Amino acid sequence: MTPTLRRRVFLVAAVAAGALLLWGLTGLPDYGVYAGPYGDVLNQVAVAERKAANVVAAVTFDYRGIDTMGEEFILFAAVIGVAILLRAQRGETEQPPDEDAADRHAPATSNAVRVVGLALVGPVVLFGIYVVTHGHLSPGGGFQGGVVLATAALLVYLSGEYVTLRRVSPEVVGDLAESTGAAGYVGVGLLGVAAGATFLANVLPLGEPGALLSAGTIPVLNLAVGLEVAGGFVLLLSEFLEQTLVIRRPGEVT
Amino acid sequence: MIALEVTVFLLVAAAGTAVVLTRDPLNQAIVASFYGLVLGIMFFVYQAPDVALSQITVGAVALPLMILLALAKVRALRGGNGEDDDR
Repeated sequence: MTPTLRRRVFLVAAVAAGALLLWGLTGLPDYGVYAGPYGDVLNQVAVAERKAANVVAAVTFDYRGIDTMGEEFILFAAVIGVAILLRAQRGETEQPPDEDAADRHAPATSNAVRVVGLALVGPVVLFGIYVVTHGHLSPGGGFQGGVVLATAALLVYLSGEYVTLRRVSPEVVGDLAESTGAAGYVGVGLLGVAAGATFLANVLPLGEPGALLSAGTIPVLNLAVGLEVAGGFVLLLSEFLEQTLVIRRPGEVT
Repeated sequence: MIALEVTVFLLVAAAGTAVVLTRDPLNQAIVASFYGLVLGIMFFVYQAPDVALSQITVGAVALPLMILLALAKVRALRGGNGEDDDR
């Protein structure tokens, strides 16, 4: 395909896509107008029915809990895919991390980065736990809190070295956290079946809205997702770091 | 309130354009990180704090990090250990 022809095909496609987009935009509801009944109904009933102060959490972990299970397993499958793709291939060897290699011109980590990074690890872990455990009360939840927890591992790497990261979070911890979290979500779902209701039915005591122990299964599911996401992201991080720092092809500059 | 919403909307448009116009992948990762942050602020301004938190953690931290690490690996493969392109 010549460049001229390619440009013509692109122009036709761009004009058609633009027209379609404009046509769609004209059919949108007015700014700030919500047409559907679903959100209004949920705002009316969610707090009374599920005792979850955060209606968003009531939707994602209760009314549409099965969708969230699907999302959780998307991440699970993605992390497994990365782990498989980034393993040491045939002909590649694992070598000690090359951070101190003589021909590496990276500047040494400054004391400022080390001190600030290490000082932040504790507060970041605490904040991550807070976001995970308060998902049914305020914005946040297992996914957001899990990623925040994983950034603590990143801070350890930034302020220390690769070997420090491996010592703080060995691969088996990430593996265990990820799989326990994924299995835990399904386990809580089966709890509903065991209690004679449906899969993912909210069968635990609901408590009072606003209390830390309230909303039944929602905080438990948040814990499972938090564990899964934190483990998954730590695994992603260490797989990428391992590819960059440890795995070498024959003849490659280290 | 409308002024704030319009401002943040324009900021997202500008940041998105900047991501496209940045051609060097290394710089692009940083610009994309900024774009992720601005997008998170927009979600917050439009009263979706749950989504804003996800967007900031993934768009401003996780995604640029993966790009940076992948770039580091690619550069190591090429054997290029130039003065300014470590990490």
